Amino acid sequence: MTAGWISRQRHLLDFALSSLGRRRGKNLGLLAVYTLVVFVLASVMLFSHAIRHEARLVLKDSPEVVVQKLVAGRHDLIPAGHLEAIRGVRGVRAAEGRLWGYLFDPAAAANYTLMVPRDQPPAPGTALIGSGVAAVRDAAPGDTLSFRAHDGQLVQFTVAGTLERDSALVSADLFLVSEADFRRLFGVPEGRFTDIVASVRNPREIRTVAEKIDAALPDTRIILRDEILRTYDSVFDWREGMLLVLLSGAILAFGIFAWEKASGLSAEERREIGILKAVGWETSDVIRLKTLEGMVISLTAFLAGYVLGYLHVFHFGAPLFEPVLKGWAVLYPDFRLTPFVDELQVATLFFFTVFPYTVATVVPIWRAATVDPDQVMR
Amino acid sequence: MSPVRPSFIALAGLAGAVAALGATFVDAGLRSAAAGPGLAARGALAARLELTDLALFTEARYTRNPSQADLHAAFQDHPFAFEHFPTGSLVAPAAAKRGRP
Repeated sequence: MTAGWISRQRHLLDFALSSLGRRRGKNLGLLAVYTLVVFVLASVMLFSHAIRHEARLVLKDSPEVVVQKLVAGRHDLIPAGHLEAIRGVRGVRAAEGRLWGYLFDPAAAANYTLMVPRDQPPAPGTALIGSGVAAVRDAAPGDTLSFRAHDGQLVQFTVAGTLERDSALVSADLFLVSEADFRRLFGVPEGRFTDIVASVRNPREIRTVAEKIDAALPDTRIILRDEILRTYDSVFDWREGMLLVLLSGAILAFGIFAWEKASGLSAEERREIGILKAVGWETSDVIRLKTLEGMVISLTAFLAGYVLGYLHVFHFGAPLFEPVLKGWAVLYPDFRLTPFVDELQVATLFFFTVFPYTVATVVPIWRAATVDPDQVMR
Repeated sequence: MSPVRPSFIALAGLAGAVAALGATFVDAGLRSAAAGPGLAARGALAARLELTDLALFTEARYTRNPSQADLHAAFQDHPFAFEHFPTGSLVAPAAAKRGRP
């Protein structure tokens, strides 16, 4: 019985393929557009998911609480006195000032992030640079880079080393210097910091501690680690959404095209159904045949589109999205995304790309197949 | 010898494509496992330097550190100002800033 059933399905498939082959140009065109739509949707989905996941993993140990001072709604340098006030808040384990800022380098027309690491800072007069800075300035350890300080004088840095290329996603534009050099370059006086980072004894009390700091220092803004992590969710949700909005016109056009192709039967197809019925085919056989035709197209498009999307994002570095991500940035991290794939997302993509097309093919066939063959062929 | 049936070619192609789909999951599993130490190193560097953001968008200060930017970023000049950085028009206001004065 099973062998008979398999043989019957294979014959049906043979027939479906030859039927598709009779309208080869039309079907190949549909398949190409269908595959392209799945490819773009899969690429956007895979990219956004992987980068969100990576951001969450990499930033999971970012500062628990960041305290910024605000003056007239703008971020300002925070005085060391605030440090003592924060350390005095119950529940705060430690609080330290951070020194960081941005420097526009006219030689490369790029922005760097200057930072003073509290743990193992570089010696005065030297700098550790990110791989992006090394690339745009063609700099290697031992080279000298100079910048104009706030008072117009030149400050020189000898490159002591470069940060690992593998960490470019977080460090491409970093320029790590000593505290003395940072203050000299930007004219930041002693006793002032860019912001303050605090750690909390009990992670469950972060919000309460933040509220206490906010109450003690009303001129500050507090950013929690949880909010930092959610920023990347929202940034890429937004980007994914924007891309999908931009693509929605194309997707809708494809939807109409596919619906038209799948649901509107040509006179030739009607005749074909009529002949099949006249030679003794059951209505269920005709529907099965046409469902198979629809499945051949939609399944091929899904599998090819998804695999191509995967290769595009994880093996070729998503070159189609690069201009969107880069914007006008001169300095861009050279990174390969770690392929994190969400099986549920793939299943959703499968459902929304294969299922509607297959259903759209069945309804008109059922309608045509249930009427008298003589009437259909006429 | 009988010619190869179209269904054989189609089924072989389908099997190949399903295998390729399965291979993407295997590849993802292997590569994410291999990337574990690299990810841990990136995380450790971010923790050591107390970094708050990815170095993805370096063109402007409010796109470089979206989680730390001013309240009105990305509309840096005034609310509803037209954005001139392409990134700015694609980066949503950070979650930290929504719903807060």
